Amino acid sequence: MVSEKAAVEAFPQFLNRRGLELVRAETTVLQINVGLLCNLTCRHCHLEAGPARHELMNMGVAQAVIDFTRRHVFRVIDITGGAPEMNPVLPHLIQSLSPLTTELILRSNLTLMADGGNDHILDLCTGRRVTIVCSFPSLHKGQFESQRGKDVFARVVAALRKLNSRGYGLPDTGLKLDLVSNPTGAFLAASQEQVEKKFRLELERNFGITFTNLYAFGNVPLGRFKQWLVQTGNYEGYMQKLISSFNPCALSGLMCRSLISVSWDGYLYDCDFNQAANIPLGGGKTHISKIEMVPAKGSFIGTGDHCYACTSGAGFT
Amino acid sequence: MDYYYKVGDLAKFGDITGEASEMGAKFFEYYAAVFKEGALTEREKSLIALAVAHTIQCPYCIDTYTQACLEKGSNLGEMTEAVHVAAAIRGGAALVHGIQMRNVAEKISM
Repeated sequence: MVSEKAAVEAFPQFLNRRGLELVRAETTVLQINVGLLCNLTCRHCHLEAGPARHELMNMGVAQAVIDFTRRHVFRVIDITGGAPEMNPVLPHLIQSLSPLTTELILRSNLTLMADGGNDHILDLCTGRRVTIVCSFPSLHKGQFESQRGKDVFARVVAALRKLNSRGYGLPDTGLKLDLVSNPTGAFLAASQEQVEKKFRLELERNFGITFTNLYAFGNVPLGRFKQWLVQTGNYEGYMQKLISSFNPCALSGLMCRSLISVSWDGYLYDCDFNQAANIPLGGGKTHISKIEMVPAKGSFIGTGDHCYACTSGAGFT
Repeated sequence: MDYYYKVGDLAKFGDITGEASEMGAKFFEYYAAVFKEGALTEREKSLIALAVAHTIQCPYCIDTYTQACLEKGSNLGEMTEAVHVAAAIRGGAALVHGIQMRNVAEKISM
């Protein structure tokens, strides 16, 4: 039974009834989506990235992003995709952006780091002290691969070991290796503290792997994950679960308050999820080459039903 | 009414306090206290509840504690082992009564 009939209250109205509002704070984080091409087809991907996607940031847009970061200092710059390693502009971005920020993050599915084909990127990341963030949904191989694809578990484990051998995720090296655990279905994320403790123990015991931090985030009802929810009859129940676990305390720390997200073609959004939902920053499409400054404190943030995911439980920061 | 179990009834569990509010309130207060972290974590308590749910074969409890186990960070391997613990105890309880069968048979047999 395919159903998407959940009567979801508009998010701003939901906040308003509780005397709350969502507006921008100081913008300190730039997230760059370098494209939707990916070697994996993860079932929770809100951007529907995959091998059949051909949208990639070109050198012109990459240079516009770099020029913008020279005009505005970001504390954190976060490169994501798709699989960023599949975009030839990635080395140029890492070289150019790493001196311009306190922390440069590369989100990688790690499968392309395991086989040696991208050692030049790994060398660059190591040399520039780039933080590497990888999705690791579950310690259970079957559940892990139900989300990320067949045979991915072993490849990610191999890549994590390789990163550890280079000093990533080890204490006192300054090379941060962070994991993100998303639920492998239509249920909420477990307590981040408990999951981190369990993963640290079992990854060390079973595979000799260490990491720096673990983040436990819920899945956002957009893109491929939303399609799965609707197709399996889970959409209504999941939305109800998100709404009933709304946490007003999560609002102040939401990433959309301090981040701007630039898409592969250079347009700006309040977050990666608004990019997937096609809700542009400020209500109208703006190219990164056309803006002079980041949005002011107190500016409007575009919202949609997916915002209930970021405000449920511990929140999505 | 043409069936005994209905998914939507689980959400009405609290209505059971309607005719006996004092006892109902005490039960739900106790229930909430039981599942708070103590010497055992919330995750461990949910795994125990899942095993018990299978022993008493309560579909409401199985639904609730399957979701609770996943949301407390247990994985399918751990949850399946918990169900095997329930099965072993339940099966063992049947089998150990075979000794009674043997005792009775022995008593009345030549």
